[in-house]
Amino acid sequence: MSASTLDAPATPETAPRSKDWRASIALGVIALISLVVFGFGSASGADTTFVVARSTDFFEVPGFTLPSQLAAILLSVVGLALAGYTAFQANQFRKVGIWVPVVYGIAIMGALLTWAGAGRDATSIQLTGLLTSSLFLAVPLVFGSLAGTLCERSGIINIAIEGQLLAGAFLAALVGSAVGNAYAGLIAAPIAGALVGLLLAIFATKYWVNQIVVGVVLNVLVVGLTSFFFSTVMSDNPDLNRPLGLASLPIPGLSGIPVIGPVLFNQNLLVYILYVVVIVLQIMLFRSRWGLRVRAVGEHPKAADTVGIKVNRTRVRNTVLGGAVAGLGGAFFTVASGLAFGKEMTAGKGYIALAAMILGRWSPKGALAAALLFGFADALRVQLGIIGSSIPSQFLAMTPYLATIFAVAGLVGHSRPPAAEGIPYKK
Amino acid sequence: MSDQTTATEAPQQERPGRASTVLREILSSSTLVVVMAVVASLLIGGVLIVLVDEGVQEAAGYFFSRPGDTFTAIFDELGAAYSAMFTGAVLNLDADTFAQTIRPFTQTLTMATPLIFAGLGLGIGFRAGMFNIGAQGQLLIGATVGAYIGFTWDLPWGLHLLVAILGCLVGGAFWGFIPGILKARTGAHEVIVTIMLNYVALNLVAWLLTFDAFQREGSNNPISPIVAETAQYPKILGSQFNLHLGFLFALACAFGVWWLMERSTLGFELRAVGANANAARTAGMNVTRATVLVMVIAGALAGLAGSAQVLGTEKVLTTATAGSLGFDAITVALLGRSRPLGTVLAAILFGGLRASGPTLQVQAGLPVDIVFVIQALIVLFIAAPPLVRSMFRLPAPAIEKEVAA
Repeated sequence: MSASTLDAPATPETAPRSKDWRASIALGVIALISLVVFGFGSASGADTTFVVARSTDFFEVPGFTLPSQLAAILLSVVGLALAGYTAFQANQFRKVGIWVPVVYGIAIMGALLTWAGAGRDATSIQLTGLLTSSLFLAVPLVFGSLAGTLCERSGIINIAIEGQLLAGAFLAALVGSAVGNAYAGLIAAPIAGALVGLLLAIFATKYWVNQIVVGVVLNVLVVGLTSFFFSTVMSDNPDLNRPLGLASLPIPGLSGIPVIGPVLFNQNLLVYILYVVVIVLQIMLFRSRWGLRVRAVGEHPKAADTVGIKVNRTRVRNTVLGGAVAGLGGAFFTVASGLAFGKEMTAGKGYIALAAMILGRWSPKGALAAALLFGFADALRVQLGIIGSSIPSQFLAMTPYLATIFAVAGLVGHSRPPAAEGIPYKK
Repeated sequence: MSDQTTATEAPQQERPGRASTVLREILSSSTLVVVMAVVASLLIGGVLIVLVDEGVQEAAGYFFSRPGDTFTAIFDELGAAYSAMFTGAVLNLDADTFAQTIRPFTQTLTMATPLIFAGLGLGIGFRAGMFNIGAQGQLLIGATVGAYIGFTWDLPWGLHLLVAILGCLVGGAFWGFIPGILKARTGAHEVIVTIMLNYVALNLVAWLLTFDAFQREGSNNPISPIVAETAQYPKILGSQFNLHLGFLFALACAFGVWWLMERSTLGFELRAVGANANAARTAGMNVTRATVLVMVIAGALAGLAGSAQVLGTEKVLTTATAGSLGFDAITVALLGRSRPLGTVLAAILFGGLRASGPTLQVQAGLPVDIVFVIQALIVLFIAAPPLVRSMFRLPAPAIEKEVAA
């Protein structure tokens, strides 16, 4: 990642700042496509029904029915307006706040949903269900991208998120089944992830092996090891791999609020841990002495060393901690979902988490937002599959990856990794 | 690195005897490290095999009354595993005919073919300072184009194969061009872009396979028709062996890559960019062009690896065509130290490991996955020579070469 910054010719201080139109152009094009395809593409006169609240809530919010074409056009126009606002701000050399992409995303997704649900009287768009499964599917992504953020902020590239998730999933299932309690699995999962993190840290800081190489190889190693034990130990003793589940723990009072309640406050323990971890890490990384030191090590290790920060010790600790966080996320696949362990069951989620980390610009809250976006894309894929939409599910599955490519290519904002990332620190 | 150099230079100045110098050179050579890394990985694999074996566990239950039983069980299990590996990958000594005896080795070479192609491409990338994780996607897109030409077009024998191979090459090159141009123009990191493109390619192929044009007639499964005979690589050892012309083509490509990297101006330029992009730019080399070119060549070679799959071994296109080849090829290129000859040898080693999988399963009752463990361990050890040296108490060389990038 450092190579790209080195490659760029040094800009003289006196040169005028160039106006960055890329973001506004990208947003504008997508909004236009939305207007044409979803807006004018919806059958005029057709209606879309949204179901909001469930009957278990305090009070029932009635589902609402919108004229599809009008709603989709309006939402697309909102998207276009936001693109225009971005262009106006770019003209003034200003950057737009985080609310712009969020509102933009909601508007375009709303247009898409309205279009997809148009004229289907038999089915309706389950808004609450969609949001609940978005959050649920985002859980491993959030943990994974937090792990990536922790490691990369200290200067270690963590490609092994996939392996850490898988190791966590495996050990959670094994220990949880052996003890007979899903919560035991929740305790075991971070240990597995931390071990993978430790291997990564040792090879990266002691042997100066290229961190991307170690990451890729560790992924292969964990896939091999877990599959091997799955086919031997676990298949010989089915008692060691049982489907366990964490019970939902509705928070009294809060869980009864329509929409927000079932989505946010009627989840299992792992999701509540997720809220805590995101908030704690966001504050710790950017508001604490520890966070400042970690970031210093990741940006300029020599300077950090000069003021007495132990560079490699910081990196090892962060990588192990990151591994533990990812391992905890791995518990999602087995004990938190109520499934038994299966071969390669993480299925590339670790790489999507890596993408979420980049899209979230190496910060916990950004990682959360990006992971939720990817989780939403996944949930949407499932929902559209149920109502039988004409959008091929493969395209929705592709969105997170394409979004990441656009992000790293600088089309949507600019993502800059920590400066010393991937470079071994040699005194 | 530098402190190690000074530490080991000192004893050399004492002018030791000739014999000990030679011995020292052998002991500190990187080839020995490679051999020892393979040995260590096989040993650790053996430990895992023993750990999960029920016979050993049973005997270990009464270890203190009859310890001999435990060791017999361990040796039996290990003997079964290693002999199954040998039988599956090298020679089948129990076979009746000569053809059956050498069949495992030809199978190893067949398995090695796509790994050679893709490994060569990744090796060029590593030497030019580009970390291409995208062989998986490049292979898949190449295979898709080649297979489509193979089962749709109707061309005379010879020409059809050539056009299909060309299709694989172009498909892979295109998928490699995308990260190349993004890196050159916007500075987007190739590791991230290639990883993402792998998944885009997988979903793209899954989508294409839902169309009638790509589906086998009368089938709703995502599997393509069989590639026409005229577009298949001919079998070079007769129909009883799977080894096809693709293997010889891969060897030819290895020679071509060697010539490109060691003897041509372009190769020198690519290596210079990999060694120090700023110095290369100062020397008047076109770094942008080199970046794009490296990814295109690597993609083309990965596409050819796809041709070994769809025009040679499997003859159909599915979403599983790429398997784990792309990631295995990374380990092959690393093990081969990004050199063509090393890549070929490493590909044959890993091809052998893959080929021994079924035998391992049938004869020794072990899951194929142990092969992946051994493979990953080999690369981890190779990547950290000091680790292997300290494990086997080998002396450190005067100058430690840095592995991979």
